[in-house]
Amino acid sequence: MAKDFLKDTQDEYDVIVIGSGLAGMTSANILARQGYSVLLLEHHYQLGGMATWFKRQNGHIFDISLHGFPYGMLKSCRKYWTQEIADSIVPLRGVRFENPQFSLETTFTREDFTRLLIEKFSIEPETVKSFFDTARKMNFFDDQGKTTRELFEEFFPGRDDVVRLLMEPISYANGSTLEDPAITYGIVFSNFMQKGVYTFRGGTDRLVKLIKAEMEKNGVDVRIRTQVEKVEVSPDRRVTGVVVNGKRIGCKAIMSNSNIKGTILNLVGEEHFDPEFIEETKAVRLNNSSTQVYIALKPGDELNFCGDLLFHSEHNGFDIKAMLSKEVSSRTFSFYYPETRPGSDRSLIVSSTNANFSDWADLPEEQYEADKNHLIETTLDCLEQYVPNIRDRVDHLEASTPRTFQRYTQHLQGASFGTKFEGLKVSKELPEQIEGLYHAGSVGIIMSGWLGAVNYGVIVSNDVDKYLTPAAARI
Amino acid sequence: MAPEQIRSVILDILSRIAPDEDLSDLDDSVPFREQMELDSMDFLDIVMELRKLYRVQIPEEDYGELVTMDSTVTYLTPLLKDAESTV
Repeated sequence: MAKDFLKDTQDEYDVIVIGSGLAGMTSANILARQGYSVLLLEHHYQLGGMATWFKRQNGHIFDISLHGFPYGMLKSCRKYWTQEIADSIVPLRGVRFENPQFSLETTFTREDFTRLLIEKFSIEPETVKSFFDTARKMNFFDDQGKTTRELFEEFFPGRDDVVRLLMEPISYANGSTLEDPAITYGIVFSNFMQKGVYTFRGGTDRLVKLIKAEMEKNGVDVRIRTQVEKVEVSPDRRVTGVVVNGKRIGCKAIMSNSNIKGTILNLVGEEHFDPEFIEETKAVRLNNSSTQVYIALKPGDELNFCGDLLFHSEHNGFDIKAMLSKEVSSRTFSFYYPETRPGSDRSLIVSSTNANFSDWADLPEEQYEADKNHLIETTLDCLEQYVPNIRDRVDHLEASTPRTFQRYTQHLQGASFGTKFEGLKVSKELPEQIEGLYHAGSVGIIMSGWLGAVNYGVIVSNDVDKYLTPAAARI
Repeated sequence: MAPEQIRSVILDILSRIAPDEDLSDLDDSVPFREQMELDSMDFLDIVMELRKLYRVQIPEEDYGELVTMDSTVTYLTPLLKDAESTV
């Protein structure tokens, strides 16, 4: 008989969390700490959502998205997780750019970027200062009319080399483009510039293991391989439970960490919402997806230092169409040296490229495999200039595509960075449509990435807590 | 709780949110943010902690009342007059 992944669940919980991305797990933990009974449901056999990893023969462990979150993650992990988790967050050494316009290495801090912009790009010091100050003062409720392109045009007119330096890493981090609101750029960029780029020592698997232990310590009922089929809503538009693996479980509130559009259109169903809200939901644009190539060197191969993150491009200027194109000319290499995982002798490289779901979705199987191989081969060709004799040194190779991301995260179109800015409004207004229904996850660019996801999980948990604390209890 | 007890409760919460800050010379009349590194997430934590400890609901439009120690204590005094201190 198949294993029952819902064995001994309660009939009812205060809160059911759908999905175990960083926002979902943080919500589950906070709400359990506040004293609620919490059930966390994850369809995959592994927790983490996009904060994930996989193991291959010979003991290789690949991280999918570990590299490069802002310093704020340390504080958030200390407050919402544990001191031990926070203590494992360490700075990366350096970020490197290689493209037809410039070649440089940086600590990715305001101080170093100021130096580079003045010395290497000959920008006036006052302009640099004024740009940083403007970005830092941005709030998410500010005017959204101005685009990132207009922001750059204001400070660095005609300088597509400067735009590339400022934009490439952020596009890699959250998929944003020059057409997105300037505030989304300013907020995320300033977060990074505060103190540089950080990673988690011990790898994503260790992080998620510590997170799981903490959730269980706080009483969260954690269940993997549990597919939520339906969110149950009463005629007066209140959540009453979910149907998961064919079983009904009741609850007072739901926190969906599933994709916002999938939550509304698939899990709940259009008929339970105002038609205007459904229109708005359908109009939310998803962010792009990605392809990745995973390269493990042979055990003991001492990879020379190539930077922690390397933004490689053969394209002139910052061009989002070129970045998304299947004819890849821009790649971001994440170099994972053995010290990422103390005690390990492994060097691994993950090459990431932003990609369109449509370019991969409907390929016949044979073509799909051929295109994946082409992606792997061209990536190795490119990597050869940084890691000589790469083909002789490789122990394991494979690639993922937007189809892979869709399968494991169930995000519509394999979106690897949630939604564009308008998704945030829909996410926040969800409880006004259906009482007790909340969403936290990658939306609106600013709530994406590791730090955005964790903090949005906290912000929405506060709303859930408010909802579940009866007004009568007010002192 | 008397105002002085409320002050202790707030100090206790702050010391957990910002363990690296020295709170011994906190000026009660000066905004928290001018004396320590607090961001909007930290204020959210204070609100959640008060709700957890005393089930007190602080609506978003009142977050501005939490700007200094003096204003926070003044705002919370009527709300917490019947509550027992946990510190």
